[in-house]
Amino acid sequence: MTEDTRTPVATPETPTGASPRTTSSSAGLLAGPVGRNLGLVVAFALLCIVGIITAGDRFASTDNVLTILRLAAVVGVVSIGMTFVIIGGGIDLSVGALVALASIWATTLSTQAMAADTHWILMVGAAVLVGAIAGLVNGVVIAYGKLVAFIATLAMLAAARGLAEIIANRRTQIVQDQDFLRFFSGSPLGVPTLVWMFALVAVAGWVLLNRTTFGRRTFAVGGNAEAARLAGIRVQRHTVALYVLSGVTCGLAAVMLMARTTTGSSTHGTLLELDAIAAVVIGGTLLVGGRGTIVGTVLGVLIFTTLSNVFTLNNLSSSAQAVAKGVIIVAAVLLQQRVAAGRRQRRSSKALPPTAAEGAPAGASPGVPAP
Amino acid sequence: MSARHRRLLTSTVALLGAGVMVTGCTGNTPEATGSGGGGNNAASSNDDTGDTVTIGFSAPAADHGWMAQITAAARAEADGYEDVDLVVAEGTNDVSAQIAQVETFINDGVDAIVLLPFDGAALTPIALEAMQAGIPVINVDREFDDPDAARVTILGDNYGMGVSAGAYVCSQLGDQPDAVVAEVAGIDSLPLTQERSQGFSDALADCGLDVDNRVAAEFTVESGEEVTANLLQAAPQIDALWNHDDDQGIGVLAAITNAGRDEFFMVGGAGSANAMRSIEAGDSVLQATVIYPASQAADGVRLARLIAQGKALSDLIDVEVPRQITLSAPVVTADNVDQYIDSAFES
Repeated sequence: MTEDTRTPVATPETPTGASPRTTSSSAGLLAGPVGRNLGLVVAFALLCIVGIITAGDRFASTDNVLTILRLAAVVGVVSIGMTFVIIGGGIDLSVGALVALASIWATTLSTQAMAADTHWILMVGAAVLVGAIAGLVNGVVIAYGKLVAFIATLAMLAAARGLAEIIANRRTQIVQDQDFLRFFSGSPLGVPTLVWMFALVAVAGWVLLNRTTFGRRTFAVGGNAEAARLAGIRVQRHTVALYVLSGVTCGLAAVMLMARTTTGSSTHGTLLELDAIAAVVIGGTLLVGGRGTIVGTVLGVLIFTTLSNVFTLNNLSSSAQAVAKGVIIVAAVLLQQRVAAGRRQRRSSKALPPTAAEGAPAGASPGVPAP
Repeated sequence: MSARHRRLLTSTVALLGAGVMVTGCTGNTPEATGSGGGGNNAASSNDDTGDTVTIGFSAPAADHGWMAQITAAARAEADGYEDVDLVVAEGTNDVSAQIAQVETFINDGVDAIVLLPFDGAALTPIALEAMQAGIPVINVDREFDDPDAARVTILGDNYGMGVSAGAYVCSQLGDQPDAVVAEVAGIDSLPLTQERSQGFSDALADCGLDVDNRVAAEFTVESGEEVTANLLQAAPQIDALWNHDDDQGIGVLAAITNAGRDEFFMVGGAGSANAMRSIEAGDSVLQATVIYPASQAADGVRLARLIAQGKALSDLIDVEVPRQITLSAPVVTADNVDQYIDSAFES
């Protein structure tokens, strides 16, 4: 109802010309996100060039590109859910544990027996359902229990992994259903199924974030929850929805991991939350919420996966790779802050109304209603 | 609180309750765990029932099939003796928690302690304390820093494991000086991984080969799959691959199958039942595996009983139990897999 009144609500600038009045001439698909993520694209291109120079054909082959995409798929799917949560002003530290729990639940002997009698899609359904329910618990505790997101998801991280270990008796559970494995290791049109899944989730996430009211509400809630509530958005219900979404992506990631490794295990997804958060952050999403892009997240995931691939192709140690990862995260965030500061200067020189989350420093109260 | 809030709270509680109940709906029927340690040991007069001894047992958390088998084998061994009362402490990877467990054993005045420390150096002081209190300590697998901290040390042979793997690779490829050998290691920061790698490269050097591509996983299935996928891209042609650990080997094999590569043969490590079944079936690149015995703790329990009852190792002339025993690392191939498959651990 009040979605379109721009003045009292702090509508943060959405990436693709959803508020074309503020960006000058650039409308259309590519100008917005690519322009904003130009630094990321440049970094990714540089990384690819380094890969080609050092490893030549082994890097630039279709096989290798597909391997990189396949490896990026699991982190990618989780990162997309994480993007939503972070834009909405929260954080989800439990994603790795939820992936483990979902993969365990879907591969227990009883679930596999049921799937053998009906169809392997039951295992997929079980994983997604477990992820969704755990996300629901997260969301309810955070939105209605008023617990800080960090603490609530931290607790879920510990609890979920413990539950996974109990159910699995700490054993690795092997997927017996050959149809399941065959489906997910296939390559329709030459592209692995897992990559298709990643692409579908990314596109769906982009549409959800940029073309639906759900997405706009997410930006509003993340930018200024109080103003959003005053504008009529049901903040608590929306927050729960965000965490359920994150849980669903965890369930999907669990299915992909089960397909890749042919097992469900309580050790799956260890430290996945850190990888996801890192990818989301270098993708341009602010940790305080209110701003972010799916394209940036996807680029972030690709950068890290390509980095690990280039390092292995050159037989470099994994410790050096970890250091490089840390340097990249810091460099990317620093660059974004400077670009955002530069843009803010340019914009204020054009005397346009300040938007809420434009590079807002952490802790500053965003969204001063325009007069 | 409004009616709607109450409704929501109730529904959440109901949901959680349902979740707990649903947990009961899924589950694993108890698997037939491998018999803890082969029972084909010759009976000796040492097995005659003596005084009842209380043995305290502490090992890390069983989050790896090998570690789970360690504890299971130790329990099974103790059950086989009427005169052994085994007190098993909760498996934990937390060093301070394990120290506390040993302290409890000392306070309870057990007759012997069998200890697989999560970290040998960190548990050395408390082991010394136990020895000084007159309680013999059997150190299993991960060695203490101080020789006085244990009465008997029983170890697997990490370096020897690498040597066995390297020797096997040499036996298959020794006549090809430019063969490409790859290695998938475990957690690189652990000394045992470094020892295994060292043994491997030393044995390869003997026949003029060396490790051309090396990646490190983390003993988990997921990391095994990830690093191997990248490794296969790095090396378009491989002749032999050694994977340190059969649990992460499930992921390694998945990556190999996904990439459709089969021009090389693979050697595993640790000796899981999965790997042995694979070797027996002969349907994958896995041709052999090197055993890292999961029976060490069971041996430790036997030795603890002997020491507490004042006996000696029966087949040795010496009247005292030896200070250190290092188990061998045999290579299991399709030819001898039936000897070892019964005592292998499930992943």
